[in-house]
Amino acid sequence: MDAFHFFTKHDQVLLLGLRAKRIEELLTGIQSVPDSSVYFHTHRFLQQHHFLSPEPPNDFAYWVTNILGDETLGELLWSVDTIRFNDITGLREALIAILDHYLAAKARSIECETGEEFHFMACRTFVLPTAHVARDLKEFAEVLSKISVNSLYFHVFDAKMRLKSGENDFSRWFRDLGKLSLAEETKRLDPYSFTLDGLRQRIVTLVRQHDSH
Amino acid sequence: MIRIEDYIPIVGEATVEELHLIADRLRGKTIQNINSTAVGGGVAEILTRIIPLLQQLGVNARWDVIKGNDKFFAITKKFHNGLHGVPVEITPDDYEYFVEVNRENAADLRFGDIVFVHDPQPIALIEKRQALGKNWVWRCHIDFSRPDPNIWNFLKDYIIRYDAAVFSAPAFAQNLPIPQVLIAPSIDPLSDKNKELDEKTIDGVFARFGINRSRPVVTQVSRFDYLKDPLGVIKAYQLAKEHVDMQLVLAGGGATDDPEGPMIMERVRAEAEKDKDIFVLLLPPASDIEINALQRGSTVILQKSLKEGFGLTVSEALWKGKPVVAGAVGGIPLQIAHKYSGILTRSIEGTGQWIKQLISAPDYARRLGTNGKEHIRNNFLITRHIKDNLLLFISLFEQGDLVYL
Repeated sequence: MDAFHFFTKHDQVLLLGLRAKRIEELLTGIQSVPDSSVYFHTHRFLQQHHFLSPEPPNDFAYWVTNILGDETLGELLWSVDTIRFNDITGLREALIAILDHYLAAKARSIECETGEEFHFMACRTFVLPTAHVARDLKEFAEVLSKISVNSLYFHVFDAKMRLKSGENDFSRWFRDLGKLSLAEETKRLDPYSFTLDGLRQRIVTLVRQHDSH
Repeated sequence: MIRIEDYIPIVGEATVEELHLIADRLRGKTIQNINSTAVGGGVAEILTRIIPLLQQLGVNARWDVIKGNDKFFAITKKFHNGLHGVPVEITPDDYEYFVEVNRENAADLRFGDIVFVHDPQPIALIEKRQALGKNWVWRCHIDFSRPDPNIWNFLKDYIIRYDAAVFSAPAFAQNLPIPQVLIAPSIDPLSDKNKELDEKTIDGVFARFGINRSRPVVTQVSRFDYLKDPLGVIKAYQLAKEHVDMQLVLAGGGATDDPEGPMIMERVRAEAEKDKDIFVLLLPPASDIEINALQRGSTVILQKSLKEGFGLTVSEALWKGKPVVAGAVGGIPLQIAHKYSGILTRSIEGTGQWIKQLISAPDYARRLGTNGKEHIRNNFLITRHIKDNLLLFISLFEQGDLVYL
């Protein structure tokens, strides 16, 4: 059985020079920006505020709620269940559908104050191998307890959404090990509802429970 | 000398380990920083701190300073003011002289593999690219949200010849044909302004200024400048004080280049004379320990700016675990997520209301402070800044959104 090699990732943030003052411009932006921008704005909060729980709003929801003051639309955008999507295309379509529907029903347009525009950004992700390797579940739990949150993030979030592997790297390795119920339990977790350290602890606990069986 | 390992207790072993991993990818490359001053100012301060740490990570980082006379720096000062919205007149001779000084410097400099040019003063060194090749990045440290159109057009002709431009906040992004990278500034948790202080030191500073630590203290550390709104701070304090007991500390230096500065200072002093609980502290430049102690000993920190570049005093206060109420301007919203890691306000009334709430609800205030400190730990410390710089240099040699190194 192949060992699990832990990778880590770091993001470079790119400024696209594109901004929105109103919902119409937010929609146009979401329609036109690259996938890495939609990914950035739906995952940045989770990564930058990973100690906060259990509310990981995306940037679109945060801006609509706190800057435009539209709590209903903000809640709809916040409620987009990111875990349901296996790639950015589906996630982008869901956001567009909410904004389209909202604009079709709304008579007035709210514009933000100058200086409070939504600035579209994107990210370039650099992936590096670490020196950490696990050959069995015991070693896996030990390494997962101490690796950086960037490594955890890469194997759980980037693996599924950006590498389009359909599941996180951990559950796939557990399946290859023959640990089918551990693989299913890990796959079923909604990582977006944890802090990153909470997620780390949850997976370590699951692994240790299955390792002791 | 501060060692990169000294940051492990603060950011964790994995973070420093990964800095080594990333830095390894730059072995054999020389990174040459170029700016216009060796001491004084934010750029020199950050280079002084970052370059030795890059070198400890095995990166061949250098730093050169361009030479210029009074005439050259008078012109670049006009650029600086114009980019910040002050009306200035720059003549064709000024532009010509600026380029000439850059050319003289270019002839004397020995260029590295990656040329990292800071701010407008050395921007025209890029003319040398045609002859030399190399990888060139322009790093803008100043507020670029509304640049003077004439100066912008002049600078833009140079900026677009670089491989990438780096800005400190999303609002500074421009319509450019080259990649624009966001690298926020940072604070150094081991500097005098931010390092841990014992209670005795904090007590000593408060006692020296006659401030009573057993009563709530609300503090703003800022220059006495219209844009930092010290008079708005006093009004907000007065509104809050109708309901809760507190003292107000306004601490900072004077604004030497602000024509309204003396008038603002006079009005601040007049207000302070009417209320013995208002402390106006005009601090000399070398007061980092005092500022650190005032922030650590305060109940609530304010940064009620009307306009702001990045506003690193917010990061400094959050790093000390303090609840911060700040104006939602410039780079401040990057540092505070409203009601998660601090409070963003847009009015005197709102600021007064939140001061009152935070003093009355210490558990909530503590939670904001705790979240704020973690946010700074993850996003605004010097280790993150080093990582961003390393990724920037590596990115010059890579293509695509997802890069395996």
